[in-house]
Parts: sequence; C-alpha cells; structure tokens
Amino acid sequence: MTFVDPATYLQLLGLVQNSIIAAAVLGIVGGLIGVFVMQRDMAFAVHGISELSFAGAAAALLLGINVVAGSIVGSLIAAALIGVLGAKARDRNSIIGVLMPFGLGLGILFLALYPGRSGNKFGLLTGQIISVDLPQLGLLIAISIVVLVSLLVVWRPLTFDSLDPEVASARGVPSRALSFVFMTLLGLTVAVSVQIIGALLVLALLVTPAAAALRVSSSPVLVPVLSMIFGFVSAVGGILLAIGGSLPISPYITTISFAIYLVCRLVGSRAKVAR
Amino acid sequence: MTPSEALPDPAPVLSIRGGALGFGDRALWSGLDLDVSQGEFIAVLGGNGTGKTSLLRAMLGEQKLDSGEVLVDGHPAHRGHRRMGYIPQQKIVAPGTPLRGRDLVMLGVNGQRFGPPITTRDDRAAVDALLTAVGAETFADRPLGSLSGGEQQRLRVAQALADDPKLLLCDEPLMSLDLQHQRAVSELIDRRRQQHGTAVVFVTHDINPVLSMVDRVLYLAQGRFTIGTPDEVLRDDVLSRLYGTPVEVFRSRGRVVVVGAPEAEHHHEVIA
Repeated sequence: MTFVDPATYLQLLGLVQNSIIAAAVLGIVGGLIGVFVMQRDMAFAVHGISELSFAGAAAALLLGINVVAGSIVGSLIAAALIGVLGAKARDRNSIIGVLMPFGLGLGILFLALYPGRSGNKFGLLTGQIISVDLPQLGLLIAISIVVLVSLLVVWRPLTFDSLDPEVASARGVPSRALSFVFMTLLGLTVAVSVQIIGALLVLALLVTPAAAALRVSSSPVLVPVLSMIFGFVSAVGGILLAIGGSLPISPYITTISFAIYLVCRLVGSRAKVAR
Repeated sequence: MTPSEALPDPAPVLSIRGGALGFGDRALWSGLDLDVSQGEFIAVLGGNGTGKTSLLRAMLGEQKLDSGEVLVDGHPAHRGHRRMGYIPQQKIVAPGTPLRGRDLVMLGVNGQRFGPPITTRDDRAAVDALLTAVGAETFADRPLGSLSGGEQQRLRVAQALADDPKLLLCDEPLMSLDLQHQRAVSELIDRRRQQHGTAVVFVTHDINPVLSMVDRVLYLAQGRFTIGTPDEVLRDDVLSRLYGTPVEVFRSRGRVVVVGAPEAEHHHEVIA
C-alpha cells in the first residue's frame, strides 16, 4: 500500500469533496436511525433490506436507468414486505431469512447479465462512493436530509412506541403508522448506504455506531448524539484514509466503526465494574 | 378537603352499558353494566381467561366490544384519552435499553407529542413533580433495567399520573412484586385516589394487597359476573352460585382465600 504525497492528497480531496459530504450526512443519519434499529431489534432487517436494495440497483444498472432510484425501489419493496408480513419478531426473522438470499441472487444475476465495466459490479456490494456521479451524490444527500428531518419529527412518539409499546398505544401513539414511517425511512437510509459502503457492509453504519453508543450510555440524549458522532467519524474518516491509498473505502469505514465499538465495550464494562 | 370532595361530580367517570365480549363461540361476559364514580376503587377479579384484561383493554379503547358501549368521562372510550392513566404490569426491561427512570416518566409527559424532540422546562418540572409524588427521586437517574420491580412500578404510577387523570386503569400492577413493594405501590395509587378523587379500576388475580382500599369488586367467572362490595361478593354462597359449584371463602387476619374454584386458577389463593 502506498500513500500519495500531501499535495496530491489535497488535490484528491478536492475531487472527492462531494463524496465526503454525502458520507458525512449518511454517517449522521445512519447513527441516528441506528438507535431505533437497535431499540426495535431490527439489525437483521437492515441486512435483508440491503440485499434487495442491491438487487434493485443491479437491475437499474442492467437497464441503464438511475442506480440510486433502483436501489430505493428495491429497499422500499423489502421494507414494505418486512413491515407488512413481519409484525412479530419471529415472523420477521424468517421472512428476512427468505428474502435475503433471493435478493442477493437476483442482484448477482443482473450483474452477470450486465455487459459494462466490472468495477461497477462489485461496487454495489462493497462500496463505490468515489464512482458515484455528481447529480446522484446530490440525490443521496437530499434523501439523507429528508430522512434526518422526518426522524426528528417522529422522534418522541417513535421512541415511546419502540421502548414502551403498550403504554404508548394506550396514550394514543399511532403505532402502525409509525412503524410504516420508520420502515420507509429505514429503506431510504439503506438505499443511500448501499451506494456509499456497499450492500454487504451497510450494518457498519446503521447498527455498529448505535450498538457502540448503547455500551457506554443509557441516556436518551447521549446515545443518539454519540451514535451520530461515531457514524460520522467512521464514514468521513474512512474516506479520508482511503483516498491516500489504493485500497477501497469500505474496509476503512468498517474497521473504524468496529474499533469504536471495541473501545466502547471496554469503557462500558469498566464503568460497570466501577459502579 | 379538596374542592372535588366538597362538590362531588354526579356523572360517572366510567360507565359500561350492556357490555358483551367473547372469542369465537365462547362468551367472556355479557350484559355488563358498571358505573364507576369519582374516587371509587373497583377491583376486577377473576382467573385466567375470564376476560379481565380484555375488559381493561375495552376501557382503554383498544378492544371493541361485541355489543354495548364504554363511556369514559361521558364519551366513547378511545385510545389516548387525555384524562385516563394506564399502569401495566411490571415487565423485564431488556439490558441496554436507553431509558433511565426519569425518561420513562418523561415518555408519559411528552412521549406522544410529534415535533422536534426538545424537552421544555415545563416538561422537566412536570417530571420532577411526578417523581417527588411517588418518592422516586433517589433512583430516577439510574437505568430502568437496573431498578427493582417495585421501583419500576413506582415510576409507572408517576408515568400514568402525567396528565392528571380522572381514571386510573391498572392491569396487575403488583404482579411479581414482593409484599413490601405491593403495599407501597398500592398505597401510592390509593393516596392519589383519596387526594384527587381519581377513580381506580384495578385488575388483579389477588385482591389481598388492596382489600382494605376496594369499594366494589367485579368478579368474573364462568362467563358470568357479579358486582358488589367485597363483603357482598366474597362469600361462599355468592361465589358458589357464580362458579356453579361449591366454593369456600376463608377470611383470616384481613386476608381472603377462595378455595375450590373449578378453573385451574389460583386467584387470591395466596399463601400468606
């Protein structure tokens, strides 16, 4: 692995500026929605959605249409299926287990049929942010901001419904509607993540930061804030490290987010002993 | 003396007219008429599968009756009624749940509100007042999962009182608590009733912890029911008629034990 000299690095930095902004926004949104993913026990669902999102993106690539749009369609179909068929945790896991290989298989089929460059092929599975063009980057950022704002609007009722569903329902929190909104937002976030970090590695931005934050705090304010910071550091740090070398971005992002998790586990268990 | 005691509200806080509910061809109860007045403590007794939780869910507006109606404060029961507090039974909190004691109460204060999740000073003051009212200040900042069942249920009472309810619906709130905490939590509920005239509907399989507080008992069994004061209902002849088989009621040192109830239920057959 060779690193470039500082001047070239700065030049590269200018070129990937938009990718960095997209990664930063996604890191924040992923960290935030990850808190609910953990609270609603949906980590496996995230993985399931990302495989169908991959299939959608691969289909779009094959058909020569907007890859982000294809990714979103795949995501939303998966999110809807999981939301409608898998209200109970056990049903949900079996449905995801069935959907996941099917989605992955479909995606591989579309990629095999795709005559274009092979770089694009693996990009969808393992990340390709640098190769995403400018209008698409704008779209990714816009979607992330929509998710961010929507999450903030439903934050309290969604927290109530996730952590204390029985009382939330008695208090009139619209649990079904919230569940639908959440699955849609999750689908959109996954679709964006697939473009940036790849379908196989989505969990590193949508689950790991929140899981790490939950290790060190049980404050409903501190957990999302930490999770956002962790997501941001992982995503942006990954890109900054990657552009200096010749390796793809995803391993950097996954390694940073994993390292943060390890540190949090350590700190968390220390704190418990001290208490 | 509070103003509410000086001028009792004649309209019932809760009223059920001709209520009937069943699952499939099995009737849980039918022809149920019940008026609960301000400040009244009603215990709903019965074994498993007699529909006492379903009745409570009907009052919460979460369960449609097959026939009849439930009126809360003069209006058909609906989810999210502002003047209705709900205390569920204690549940195990998953480790790592990002909630401290005070956050659970905060959910009662503003958890149903959409919009930017900004906690106002009023919200915070309301939570502090509720925590003080149930004596939970000392453990309010600890993670919910690290609290004892009794501490959690104190917080549940505080959460349910968030909107100054006229009616408290309690679903086995003392379940799996030890005797000391059973007394502490039931006294909190009773004190609220006496000081604010809040009506209480208390679903339980064991009447003993609340026996001294109960005004009337609604006893469900065998698809039938009977309503009256504890002395009127908890008697050999009344319960034998309700169950359709000889049942004996023993009273000793302020405790009640029903022996011989035909279902595989051990409601208030508590070994003290």
